[in-house]
Amino acid sequence: MSVLADVLARSRAEHRSALIGYLPVGYPDVPTSIDAMIAMVAGGADIIEVGVPYSDPGMDGPAIQAAVDPAVKAGVGLRDVFAAVSAVRAAGAVPVVMSYWNPLEKYGVGRFAADLAAAGGAGAITPDLIPEEAGQWIAATDVHDLDRVFLLAPSSTDARILSTVAASRGFVYAASTMGVTGVRAAVSDAATTLVSRIRRLAPEIAVCVGLGVSNADQAAEVAAFSDGVIVGSAFVRCLLDSPDAAGAKAAGTLAAELAEGVRRR
Amino acid sequence: MTTTPDSFSYPDSTGHFGPYGGRFVPEALVAALDEIEAEFTKAQADPAFAAELSRLLRDYAGRPSPLSDAERFSEHAGGARVLLKREDLNHTGSHKINNVLGQALLTKRLGKSRIIAETGAGQHGVATATAAALLGLSCTVYMGAEDTRRQALNVARMKLLGADVVPVTTGSRTLKDAINEAFRDWVANVEDTHYLFGTAAGPHPIPLMVREFHRVIGQEARAQVLERVGRLPDVVAACVGGGSNAIGIFYDFIPDAGVRLVGLEAAGDGVETGRHAATITGGSPGVLHGARSYLLQDENGQTIESHSISAGLDYPGVGPEHSWLHDTGRAEYRPITDAQAMAAFALLCKTEGIIPAIESSHALAGALDLGKELGPDAVILVNLSGRGDKDVETASTYFGLAAGDLESGDPVAGDPA
Repeated sequence: MSVLADVLARSRAEHRSALIGYLPVGYPDVPTSIDAMIAMVAGGADIIEVGVPYSDPGMDGPAIQAAVDPAVKAGVGLRDVFAAVSAVRAAGAVPVVMSYWNPLEKYGVGRFAADLAAAGGAGAITPDLIPEEAGQWIAATDVHDLDRVFLLAPSSTDARILSTVAASRGFVYAASTMGVTGVRAAVSDAATTLVSRIRRLAPEIAVCVGLGVSNADQAAEVAAFSDGVIVGSAFVRCLLDSPDAAGAKAAGTLAAELAEGVRRR
Repeated sequence: MTTTPDSFSYPDSTGHFGPYGGRFVPEALVAALDEIEAEFTKAQADPAFAAELSRLLRDYAGRPSPLSDAERFSEHAGGARVLLKREDLNHTGSHKINNVLGQALLTKRLGKSRIIAETGAGQHGVATATAAALLGLSCTVYMGAEDTRRQALNVARMKLLGADVVPVTTGSRTLKDAINEAFRDWVANVEDTHYLFGTAAGPHPIPLMVREFHRVIGQEARAQVLERVGRLPDVVAACVGGGSNAIGIFYDFIPDAGVRLVGLEAAGDGVETGRHAATITGGSPGVLHGARSYLLQDENGQTIESHSISAGLDYPGVGPEHSWLHDTGRAEYRPITDAQAMAAFALLCKTEGIIPAIESSHALAGALDLGKELGPDAVILVNLSGRGDKDVETASTYFGLAAGDLESGDPVAGDPA
């Protein structure tokens, strides 16, 4: 039983990909970031990645770090993240937390899983946690019936694709280029190759693709070969350009454009 | 705890030192880390690799480094006999060259043409740029924008050696952010690029590999002390930032249960002030830069900025093997404030004619305390990990030597302990 797998299956039944939007909690402040997430849901995002601000986001590019640094300085923590999770859930989309590992470990892995489940979260994406280090997390997510999303990369071997899929629940996150997050002009060929390798080796799991999508055409392109299109930096850019209610509204408008993209046939 | 043969065989096959170490990295780096591990394992078993590295360490870096009896300095250390392992006399002026030559040779074996590195004080950056020039590799060094300002001389040295120096303006603009930036470069360019990490931290196999390349310090020093003194030292003292020089000199003494291993951490203004870099003394276990270890973090798991007069120790993390040696009790870690370190710095200048790196001055300050605790029969081996040429400006400012007259600062008059 997986909340994320269910919503992805529903999208597939509608012959489309799901739209997955990322925003970190707390930029420019907690209420505005939550408003932006709600606007993204209204615009058509199926899943919201609720980002935990972290001081050393080694996998993220300049846009996300620029938004996250002030949130870290302001002391935004998991209590704020759970509030955002509940708000997204109330708005009608599926919330999944996106976090580097240390904030979760510091909070307590079991306690985090319990509180996330209580807030209505579907699970978490952990970009710097590989299954080999995830024993505690796998146990805690089993106890609380949460999804756990691990990443795959173009450099992943067949053996690692199989072992990572076996450890994952909900979907696997295909990092479509070698590199950090950020808006890119073109969708990488590496993405299609990676997704087809995963499909061949593990046809049972949903595959969502992230890193680089910023407009409806790119969303349509990625939607053609994936179960979900993940968009992060482009939403963050809306708030960086306008760190206020107008920025939150712009994130909603972008979501509507992208939602049209993932529905193109 | 008593030392068992087992404590000599860490990390385990998955890169763990007890609960520490491991790999907390994006999946995109796992293949590269596996590749490094496989090639490093092959290289260690290859006599040709060992011969080439030994040749470079001898003919290029100047090894073995000497062991100096610090007779006049010892008078201030309770009369204990202080022996200095002179890593400051290596080419490029610190122990860093040991690891850099090893990893640069490994880069060639990996078929990669580019190395990247992070640097704080600039010592690792200079060493990396040096090895890149020697072996014909292209080189990019990431350095916090704050540090490029504080260490302008080393920036110029790296550029003269042909490296690109990229000032890092994200986050706290210091070493930890330079590491983040180097990881980002590596993820994007891993096909042709090796990240030549400068300390015994980071994801497996980096702590293992860096330790093995620095083990030569302890191997030489152990034999030199036995030959000079006729017995093992009572204490081995080394400064600990990330911990590469310390693990290098400690490692071959681990089975010698009678030898105390003491790491000296940078306590900045004092651990109680919160402005320090004493990760083990003042931090707690967590995950940073690819491994679990002690780190300075707040209640949300955010990294806290460290503070030290020594740019090379100004880091909020520490290598995982040190966390393990601490928890098992095999090594002890003590804080040394900026003031203690600078007093020891001045004392060594005046008593031995050696200007030490401020990093290494933390180990010297620790030796002064340990000598007083143990008395005149004690033998204390100190890793003098680097020379202080790069620190002359910092020291001049600290001691108020506007006219360049060391007497006017009279630093030795203060209590060096």
